[in-house]
Amino acid sequence: MGNERLFVGSHAPFWHNGSSITRKNYHMMLAALPAVFLGMYQYGMPAVGVLALSISFAMIWELLMNLVTRRPVGIGDGSAALIGLLFAMLLPATTPWWAVLVGTFIAVIIGRQIFGGLGCNPLNPTLVAVAIMTLSWKALLDFNGTLVDFDLGFNMIHPLAAAKGFGASVSAEYSTFGLLMGQHSGGIGTAFGLGLLIGGLYLILRGDIRWEISLSFLAGIFVTALIFNLADPQKYAGPLFHVLTGYTLIGAFFLLTEDSSSPVNFIPMLIYGLGAGVLTVLIRNIGAFVDGVVFAILLMNVANPILDKIRPKAMGREIEHA
Amino acid sequence: MIKRPFFGFIKPEPIHPIPVHLSQVSMKEFLVPRRVTLFLNVAHENGNGFTIRVGDPVKTGQKLKASEGDNAYAISSVTGTIAGISEYIGYLGQTFTAISIDRAGEEQWDEAFKAAGETPSLDNALEFLGCLPGVTDFSALLNPERPLKTVVVSGIDQDLMITTNQLILKTESKRLKDGMELLRKITGADRIMIISPPDLCAEAGETGAEVKLIEPAYPNTLPKIVAKNVLGTVVPAGKRLEDLRVGFINAEAVLALANTFTDGHLPVTKVVTVIGKDLAPVHLRVRIGTHVGDILSDQGIEARHGDRLILGGPMTGHAVYSVDTPILHDTDALMIQDNSQIVSGSDLHCVNCGECVRACPADIPINILIRLLENGLYEDAVRDYDLLCCIECGLCSYVCPARIPVFHYVMLGKFEFARMESLEKSNG
Repeated sequence: MGNERLFVGSHAPFWHNGSSITRKNYHMMLAALPAVFLGMYQYGMPAVGVLALSISFAMIWELLMNLVTRRPVGIGDGSAALIGLLFAMLLPATTPWWAVLVGTFIAVIIGRQIFGGLGCNPLNPTLVAVAIMTLSWKALLDFNGTLVDFDLGFNMIHPLAAAKGFGASVSAEYSTFGLLMGQHSGGIGTAFGLGLLIGGLYLILRGDIRWEISLSFLAGIFVTALIFNLADPQKYAGPLFHVLTGYTLIGAFFLLTEDSSSPVNFIPMLIYGLGAGVLTVLIRNIGAFVDGVVFAILLMNVANPILDKIRPKAMGREIEHA
Repeated sequence: MIKRPFFGFIKPEPIHPIPVHLSQVSMKEFLVPRRVTLFLNVAHENGNGFTIRVGDPVKTGQKLKASEGDNAYAISSVTGTIAGISEYIGYLGQTFTAISIDRAGEEQWDEAFKAAGETPSLDNALEFLGCLPGVTDFSALLNPERPLKTVVVSGIDQDLMITTNQLILKTESKRLKDGMELLRKITGADRIMIISPPDLCAEAGETGAEVKLIEPAYPNTLPKIVAKNVLGTVVPAGKRLEDLRVGFINAEAVLALANTFTDGHLPVTKVVTVIGKDLAPVHLRVRIGTHVGDILSDQGIEARHGDRLILGGPMTGHAVYSVDTPILHDTDALMIQDNSQIVSGSDLHCVNCGECVRACPADIPINILIRLLENGLYEDAVRDYDLLCCIECGLCSYVCPARIPVFHYVMLGKFEFARMESLEKSNG
């Protein structure tokens, strides 16, 4: 045409609200920082080492897989870094370097890349890694064993392990305030209940995570734990204890809400959250594992596609009766 | 630029148009341009069988047909000679014949409409008013076999930023009253109503039509949403409003009707809201067929390499690639975006965040639909995931954090599905 001036052609709409996946991921990481900082303060350099190694290797695996599969390099969007950060937050500070390498490999490559990368994972990648690590190297995620050399000035026995072994009476040794302020052992970023709550609230207010999922998960845990507690107060700890210990809060705000493995419609979100909450307490109270969050969420991830079939009737759709 | 609400736990609010103080807004007459281009809704096919030729003289208001037997026509908006006839491929591959006319000599009005202009009737309207400004295809609404029962006149523009119809309702409510009567005569509809924003309630009342107020927020202004909220009629998937015998036209069309029958001249002008890079709207009354480039240079807007030219509003308009594209009888706005204002799409996968599902006014499961559309499974998309329920508001693309061109995929899917259906029919 000889016309040097070319205009951009594209389909409507020509405005965008400015949201992006990158921004969302960085806000998720920002929201996780209070809990991470307390972990670094409590456990010192070992925790920093695990965090740094986990984040960097999650990104390295992502980059390698991008190069191998000849897809655009996507490590800038923060999704791999977020997987690495969350994975490190779930680990004890003394995790050996090889375990971090293997774990991030499982999370990024087996958990996500082999399904097609960002947005294609049917399960939460971080939890796939934690589940496989738990089953393969049981001792790695046994907090009482791995944190035996630490004395941070509070009761270092993992609350859920104590409750499982000795019944509900031990829950009296953990004050609610202490649990909120991170004065109990656990993963690097899972103990600081208040920090996780603040982070979660921030994400809910921004709209980056869906409140329906987080709230129904906490409600599911609370109600189920309450029923157990009422049935046998000697054996089963109270609802608040379950809400504030283990992976509950990080699960509610950072793991269960992972986009591609969670439903989007209102009722499915409630069922998904509630189901995960109920399963968590079932596994904790009568299952084989100390903490049930990991497997409860993975099980509900599997149910997600079917749950999301419950949806409102589209405008103008005529339902044909059989 | 509109930012998304800080509170994410409520269903995304409809986007409100940026308020424009209409009292400060005036309408400017745009001079008759040297050249206009009109589109005829007929395939060009190298001009075979065309009776119009380059060099033919035309008068203002003259009906132009490619060949005598055609139903489609355009109304010349200037007096002069035909300078060129060529093919133009528009949105979704629609082919048009573009006729360029060079202005020459004194303006002379074509007299063919004079006699018909005495009697407003359906036949006369079909014969002459197919290019009524403010409605995409007036003839399509006037099907004698399916007369309209209700006509909804829109005193509020559908898309954001456009204030063409608000301005007309505010300044011309007396003339609109005459237009409403003509509309009733021509269409034979029992019920004529006008929808308006609350602040133009008084003016809407003066038109004599049944007034319905709607919240001036997108997408409440779109015809199918209006049908649902105001008329209580949900348009079934794949059907149009006309199929339910409801007509939807803009206030500008009603004003044009009134002027046409008083003056005895066919309408040749169109009010356009020009939205520059600073998002300040200017209203111009231009001859239909005026080139975009002429308007831009008159307004002192520089269209640079890498900018985006849009006919229509920011949510539902069409990007055009040339400054020689004309303003047509249904072009409500001309918008230009600076290169720095353009947010481009991406080819990321859907991450299933559900923003689109929560924004969709038609409750379509877009998170699943987009997966089918990306893979070309159009029939499944229609059968199981409500592709045809889409009311084409564009909010899905607007909110998508992965910046997937969802709306584009949806329109492609609808187009391909219609093509497959017509192929099946012709083969069956």
